[in-house]
Amino acid sequence: MTRQDRIRTVSRRGFLEEIFSAGALIIGATPAALLAGEADRAAWHPSVYLGLQKDGTVILVAHRSEMGTGIRSVLPVIAADEMEADWSKVRIEQALGDEKYGSQNTDGSCSIRDFAEALHTAGASARMLLERAAAKRWGVAAGQCKASNHFVLGPEGKKAGYGELAEDAAKLPLPKPAEVKRKAPSAYRYIGKEMPTVDLGGHVTGKAVFGYDAAMPGMVYAAIERPPVMGATLASVDDSETKKVASVSGTVKLEGLTQPYLFQALGGVAVIAGDTWSAFEGRKKLKATWTPGPHAAYDSDVYKAVLLDIARKPQKVVRKAGDVDAVFAKGGKVVEASYYVPLLAHAAMEPPAAVASFENGKVIAHAPTQNPQAVQEAVSAALGIKKTDVICHVTLLGGGFGRKSKPDYVVEAARLSKAVGKPVKVVWNREDDLRFDYYHAVAGMYMKAAPGADGQPAAWLQRSVFPSIGNMFAKDAKYGADFEMGMGWIDNPFTIANFRAENGPAECHVRIGWLRSVAHIYHAFATHSFVDELAAAAGADRVDYYLKLIGTGRVIDQEIIKQGADHKPHPKFPIDTARLRRVLEVCASRSNWANKKSGGGKGYGMVVHRSFFSYIAAMVEAEVDAAGRVRIPRVTYVIDPGQVINPDRVKAQFEGAAVFGTSIAMLGEMTAKAGVIQQKNFDTYPVARIDEAPHVVDVHILPSSAPPAGVGEPGVPPIAPALCNAIFAATGKRVRELPVRKTRLV
Amino acid sequence: MITVKVNGVDRTFDGSPEMPLLWFLRDVLKLTGTKFSCGQGLCGACTVHINGTAMRSCITPVKAAAGKAVTTIEGLSNNGEHPLQKAWRDANVPQCGYCQPGQIMQAASLLKKTPKPTGSQIDSAMRGNLCRCGTYQRIRTAIQMAAKVMA
Repeated sequence: MTRQDRIRTVSRRGFLEEIFSAGALIIGATPAALLAGEADRAAWHPSVYLGLQKDGTVILVAHRSEMGTGIRSVLPVIAADEMEADWSKVRIEQALGDEKYGSQNTDGSCSIRDFAEALHTAGASARMLLERAAAKRWGVAAGQCKASNHFVLGPEGKKAGYGELAEDAAKLPLPKPAEVKRKAPSAYRYIGKEMPTVDLGGHVTGKAVFGYDAAMPGMVYAAIERPPVMGATLASVDDSETKKVASVSGTVKLEGLTQPYLFQALGGVAVIAGDTWSAFEGRKKLKATWTPGPHAAYDSDVYKAVLLDIARKPQKVVRKAGDVDAVFAKGGKVVEASYYVPLLAHAAMEPPAAVASFENGKVIAHAPTQNPQAVQEAVSAALGIKKTDVICHVTLLGGGFGRKSKPDYVVEAARLSKAVGKPVKVVWNREDDLRFDYYHAVAGMYMKAAPGADGQPAAWLQRSVFPSIGNMFAKDAKYGADFEMGMGWIDNPFTIANFRAENGPAECHVRIGWLRSVAHIYHAFATHSFVDELAAAAGADRVDYYLKLIGTGRVIDQEIIKQGADHKPHPKFPIDTARLRRVLEVCASRSNWANKKSGGGKGYGMVVHRSFFSYIAAMVEAEVDAAGRVRIPRVTYVIDPGQVINPDRVKAQFEGAAVFGTSIAMLGEMTAKAGVIQQKNFDTYPVARIDEAPHVVDVHILPSSAPPAGVGEPGVPPIAPALCNAIFAATGKRVRELPVRKTRLV
Repeated sequence: MITVKVNGVDRTFDGSPEMPLLWFLRDVLKLTGTKFSCGQGLCGACTVHINGTAMRSCITPVKAAAGKAVTTIEGLSNNGEHPLQKAWRDANVPQCGYCQPGQIMQAASLLKKTPKPTGSQIDSAMRGNLCRCGTYQRIRTAIQMAAKVMA
């Protein structure tokens, strides 16, 4: 039997006293997967809190960060619905960073996946407690009492509000796991409905508080001149002109980082001023010189050639079936191609910023962070204080996309506050954001296949080379980490008798990090561009070709493991090719694929890809005009992400992913010369504008009873290959290197 | 000493006249609804109205607004009841929300001049406003919804 989620009533102690009033019913829950062990029950801290106040207010403590997915509004809906609460009486409290919540790292498209079950159970338990409390009060059987929209209704018209039952309910024992009765899905009030988010009002009136808006009394502002090359050290600095700027109070030198880089601050010279603009102005007037470090020769053009060269040579085998070399050695027809995806920046609309105060050995910070516990760790390590002495308040995030999982900017604020003895707000401008990112890895891929008589690959070889995120955590990690290999590479779902996946070594010259859908971006680009090349060589319809390539619908985890891959199947989320086939087939019919005729500057591209346990088909329509300009009239997604809590927010994630994917496909590229990143703003690092984005994004969610899977990221990977396949269909021009804008299409 | 009428109230500033209006609004007046993102007039997050026209406050020195009327998102309506704000809510436009004040201010300026914009008029008026979450499709819908109400 699998371990149960742990649900308990908890007493109002510690931080709960600040949130809940006396007499409140408070239920804590921890998902089974997050229970570290049964050893110390007394020390157990729930990761989810659901509370009912005596005035009837339901309070949910949101321990996940809100960066635009709607997560802090969507998770509570589950508990509120199960509880039969009136949504207008629900309030959300944003949690501080604290390991008692389990992981708070809001990344990996996992919030619903990890916490939905526990919230269902917590909500249902609360509802049953309220019914039992009412039954006891009225001296009737619990079965005669029924919770309905914030009231419990009993026999003979008896009726009690939730608030008046809270105190009694809190004294009753929680229903045992086996007794907990969830609502029938047909009775849901909010789950599966298009609920607005709690932040909607503030977003349209300017009242929402983001990290850049956070303030502390008496704070000063700091802009930091950072080492222009990774690992460079400060040789000299002249701040005499800087100090002449009105409101600049001084400068502070910050030591650079050491390996492993983790989330350390980059170091440099900070300019302290009374307002944001003066800090930036003062920084412009600094005269700093730097001693170049080991990465001063990094040139992205040279690096690209090196990566692609490595990819053309045999490398470390990460999955193998049959014997691809034997098939290639027969000397029949082969198709081969190299693909390239450049370094990418996150470029969230809100640049990094944080305010922190160091006082009496403790730090209080307000930050737009995806991971407040990483703030605690990184700040405590930098200042030599206890993790629990770092209090991190999580503001709203003006976009995250993975960048704000890395709290280097909060470390800067904390170190500076310690240095100047006041609260410090560290402000990054766009140039800082683009030049000092944890970039999405540049990648080179090489693909080779030998088509058999039916045009399907009798042998398939795939090789990827990229600097690993592992470099941030271990010195000189040359190969892709397991989690990167598991993103669209060793989990390839095609049925091919002779198959080999390889991964080559790459040096790391800049900080590398997660970007929305991570290694899926380059792996999906190579894989699905190559499928299109093979189908084109065979003169085959793309959907038919894909379906044959995928093969029969089945669970393939064991096949992958037998082929030597280090693949760890998720018990709840097997790789099910039947679901992959289904989204593709439905997408073909919904997009009227059979009747779409490419040519004359119009083209259609289809891709199907599984990521974050969700199954996604995307059909992209492209128009290429006589000048080579690309328009994207429509993207049709058909998705199977399992059960859906808020279909509107799921659709929004895919609408946005189509735009994000378009920026990656068409526009984005970071380059480096002599170790220095060249792009400084949206003029040189363009992202899709309203007239460059897909004009219509149609998102169709397939009804599914599978457990809820990820939706924040899975919309991204299919876009670049589907768009390039559409461009090929429109023009006959195959784009193998991103961004597309660098290729002349006509 | 510079005087700027911000959301109907005269505000004075004795700092550098070169300071961009954005930082006067945000750091001095604490009106943080107007956002900083690019600092070079490339993304529209800092859009406010100066004498009724959408302008990028990040590249407008405060001296250029002297004696003029500035409207920020906080002053667009009393309780978020401008037809565009309502439409933004009805269409559930925002994701992270950071660019949306700028988007709404830009759209308000568009509808003032062009009460019934076509799709391509919307695109050309809004192309200076970036949204990294990719809410463009709903922005277009919301502007059309508000245009109908206002007409």
